[in-house]
Amino acid sequence: MLRYSLKRLLSLLISLAVASVVIFLVIEVAPGDPAAIMLGINAQPDTLASLRAELGLDVPKWERYLNWVGGMVQGDFGTSYTYRTPVADMIAARMQVSLPLALYALTLSTLIAFPAGIYAAARRGRGGDMAVMGATQLGVAVPNFWFAMMLVLLFAINLRWFGAGGFPGWDKGLWAGLHALTLPAIALALPQAAILARVMRSALIDILGEDFMRTARAKGLTRRQALWRHGVRNALIPVLTIIGLQFSFLLAGSIIIEQVFYLPGLGRLVFQAISARDLIVVESVVMLLVFAVITVNFLVDIAYALVDPRLRSRT
Amino acid sequence: MNRNLILGALLSALFLAAALVSFVWTPFDHTVMDIPAKLQRPDGVHWLGTDQYGRDIFSMIMVGARTSIAVALVAVGIGMALGVPLGLTAAALRGSFLDELIMRGNDLVFAFPSLVIAILITAVFGAGAVNAIIAIGIFNIPVFARITRGAALSLWEREFIMAARVAGKSAARISAEHILPNVTNLLIVQGTIQFSLGILAEAGLSYVGLGAQPPTPSWGRMLADAQTLVAIAPHLALIPGLAIILTVLGLNLMGDGLRDHLDPRLRVSRA
Repeated sequence: MLRYSLKRLLSLLISLAVASVVIFLVIEVAPGDPAAIMLGINAQPDTLASLRAELGLDVPKWERYLNWVGGMVQGDFGTSYTYRTPVADMIAARMQVSLPLALYALTLSTLIAFPAGIYAAARRGRGGDMAVMGATQLGVAVPNFWFAMMLVLLFAINLRWFGAGGFPGWDKGLWAGLHALTLPAIALALPQAAILARVMRSALIDILGEDFMRTARAKGLTRRQALWRHGVRNALIPVLTIIGLQFSFLLAGSIIIEQVFYLPGLGRLVFQAISARDLIVVESVVMLLVFAVITVNFLVDIAYALVDPRLRSRT
Repeated sequence: MNRNLILGALLSALFLAAALVSFVWTPFDHTVMDIPAKLQRPDGVHWLGTDQYGRDIFSMIMVGARTSIAVALVAVGIGMALGVPLGLTAAALRGSFLDELIMRGNDLVFAFPSLVIAILITAVFGAGAVNAIIAIGIFNIPVFARITRGAALSLWEREFIMAARVAGKSAARISAEHILPNVTNLLIVQGTIQFSLGILAEAGLSYVGLGAQPPTPSWGRMLADAQTLVAIAPHLALIPGLAIILTVLGLNLMGDGLRDHLDPRLRVSRA
């Protein structure tokens, strides 16, 4: 297990290193000198030079890369070109919206998908299964931002149960914050729940065909007892993998949903940064998202190997 | 033939036809504004109503289908054109350093969701339909590489491949002449699924302004334009959304149906 973990850790580090190089190089290709953009067209050459030195732009590319990566490791993401504030602070403030939103959506998605998937698997081939499968077929076809607009139309504009957008901040209390994130979380959760329910169903159907399920029934368990004690528990392994992978998709997906609800999260930060050509912010947010995806995948791999020893030998 | 396949193919054909017909005919010119006739509900003249500039929504949906289908189709093409040879190579050289390199490269690309790739590309080169195609296309490469490699690996163990090797064929020729034809069904099914994902991705990118730019009509941008008007003219948001859903649903049903149709073994095990 240790050997396997170390191997995975090494590949995690290599992936992160390569990803950072790719992101750095792509941003390097961008036209325009950030210092010149900040100062405008009337900048004096010496002010320009001193700002370039202040931003660390006057050193060779490889040194800038090392400074960028070295800074990130210590939590220093550089200074925003437009706001002149530390990028790390901006990201931290936005994460207070994006991270809870992703976790909220993940919780909702799991709460919907588990019962739906288990129910469909237990009634395989019958009416209930057909209904759930039809609903999931529709769920994967609905664009989540459109679903979000429909939620706003129904629950914010017509029924007035929720606000149509914006975020009051966590200092207004946990309830106010959660209330503001409820519609966005539902919109984000729906397509993920549809996928998860399908995975749950097919994993459970595979398990139900196993010999040990027949044994469980033979030793006198009812169908329901066997399903819960031996079926669902074994089906959880592939399902948990998908949940891990979905987290990163939810984080990226929240970028679009934040636009629908005018939420001050990572997504809005990135779009503001793109239009202001504040490339260092774009660079850092993208690296952070990629870091999240790679790290979650790593943790899922490790968790999977912990649960299923057969996987350790297979790298 | 199964019901999924027929229903899915019909829905997909409907939108493909709308896209093709839009080249020669639309009820109105989708770019012409007619302010006095703005925000009309669907009626006999404007079948799906008009938007805030009085443009005919039915015509915009037809032309928008063109954008969606073109972007998704080219993106799937990029994914297949690069992913399939990579997957075949990795399988032919299984266990080698190159195989490892290709697969690790795949994992790396997977770590960049298509939205993140689009953000990077847009930050550097600006927004546009071509950049959306590239972003979605890059994301498709590892999907096809992985599925091709997986299927090819098991084929390499089969007797008929062994026979081809004994006959002296090179790994490259075996890949092209025997492996590829045997993974085609799988690629068609996966291609349909990626096609539908591509349509969703294009809509999302256009919605946040990273995809097709005005005046190119796009379902995602129609939704973005409709957002502020959703309270007074819900049909502006409803119609492009339904167009996306029906297209994606059609493609997914077609993919499911094709899989069952092309692989009879699944019909038994799924029942």
